[in-house]
Amino acid sequence: MAKGLIDLDRVGMTYQAASGPVEALAGISASIGAGEFVSLVGPSGCGKSTLLRIVAGLRPATTGTITVAGRTVTQPIPDIGMVFQAPILLKWRSILENVLLPAELAGKDPRSLRSRAGQLLDMAGLGGFGAKLPRELSGGMQQRAALCRALLLDPPLLLMDEPFGALDAMTRDDMALELLRIWGEQDVAREARKTVLFVTHSIPEAVFLSDRVIVMSARPGRIAADLRIDLPRPRTVELRATEAFGKLNLEIFRALTGKTVVGAAL
Amino acid sequence: MTKFGAMANRYWPTLALFAFLLASWQAAVTFGNIREYLLPAPLSVWNALWHGDTVWWPHLWTTTLEIIGAFLMAAVVGVALGVAIAWSPILANALVPFLVFVNTLPKVAIAPLFLIWMGYGIFPNMLMGALIGFFPVVINTAVGLSQVEPDMLDLGRVFNAPKWKIFVKIRIPNALPYILSALKITATAAVVGAIVGEFVASQRGLGYVIVTTQSSMNTSVAFAALVWISVVGLLLYGAVVLLAHLWAPWAEGVD
Repeated sequence: MAKGLIDLDRVGMTYQAASGPVEALAGISASIGAGEFVSLVGPSGCGKSTLLRIVAGLRPATTGTITVAGRTVTQPIPDIGMVFQAPILLKWRSILENVLLPAELAGKDPRSLRSRAGQLLDMAGLGGFGAKLPRELSGGMQQRAALCRALLLDPPLLLMDEPFGALDAMTRDDMALELLRIWGEQDVAREARKTVLFVTHSIPEAVFLSDRVIVMSARPGRIAADLRIDLPRPRTVELRATEAFGKLNLEIFRALTGKTVVGAAL
Repeated sequence: MTKFGAMANRYWPTLALFAFLLASWQAAVTFGNIREYLLPAPLSVWNALWHGDTVWWPHLWTTTLEIIGAFLMAAVVGVALGVAIAWSPILANALVPFLVFVNTLPKVAIAPLFLIWMGYGIFPNMLMGALIGFFPVVINTAVGLSQVEPDMLDLGRVFNAPKWKIFVKIRIPNALPYILSALKITATAAVVGAIVGEFVASQRGLGYVIVTTQSSMNTSVAFAALVWISVVGLLLYGAVVLLAHLWAPWAEGVD
């Protein structure tokens, strides 16, 4: 198997519940290359969010090994940006101060990153909102601020846990386009882009965004299919109406419901 | 609407009700032939406040000191205990059952013991107020420090932030509205404590004045003392509300 930025080798995770041990993940092996946009889709409770946290080193795996950028993950790794389902901005800080939080937590001088934070806010269409409090912004705008916060220290790896799950459908589609633009789909060379691991419930969202979709089955979470999405970039709104887009959606739907087994595209 | 107009709109029902009650009270006493020692008329209370024999300021000063002292002690000790509980599970296990026990004691029943231990003075009355008012501060501080979203804590772990930094940058600001909300309760509890303390043992203070009017049947002076007590209580409460407005404007409208 080719060495990727992220290598998962037979990763398993079992936790103790009141009723006994529960196997959440079993035999997850995958390799994700640098600059790849990979989505994890699966039913609720398939452990996709847990897998994301295992990659971040926030939860320990019970079995198997995780390697990120050549280093075995045993504790939280610093070179990642995380975006969660809720924006979790600090209510008492302005948007700019929220974006600068990672610098403070990591013990860096936030002043040296102010201009970068300002640029990120501009890029995310939040140029005039740096001094506002989070509650003065809409849910979509708050989530953009959370994305800016994740990008502040320019991490090579972005881990996103259903980041648009709480938004309404129209804002959600908008945010998908926005994310691809910020990711640098149009202006950044493929190898220089950030690697993104994106957890979602939405099949169309996964197809629209990704280079690759990993489909997981539930209890224990296993990889049911691993599909390459060979749709042209930059992705456009029109893409959603094409036959190829529809076919991929169907293929993933079938893999999810177990109707057809699709060969792994590793 | 102008700011003044908005204020008038907001407060006229309060003022109208207050004026109506005062007027009815005055009318009831004047026309209903109620004896002064049972229920003095508002005008008699007004006279007792400004033109009576009682020299108010030493009493007012003593009680105000007791209330502020009680409030500050409750705030400092309450926050310190709350931080200790949130910081260390061992301290929490040691402290919480003990604090719950102290809280279930009727504090008023301890007041005579304070007299035996500490004699007369301002300090035991402060301590009574602090004892009545500290518990909500402990609980709200501990809760406010703990109610941080787990994802936010994960963010701290990703950047390997030390525990104290998470406390200073995330937990403490998060707890601030909870603490300020508890301090509103403490502000009223401090007043109760100071007065109860004075009832049991004192030579000066507004509570002392009320006790002495019992024997002289000088009810209008007792009412005047009540007015002063509520003035001090309201000012302290207002100060806490103002602090909340200045320190935690983001939490406005939460409670």
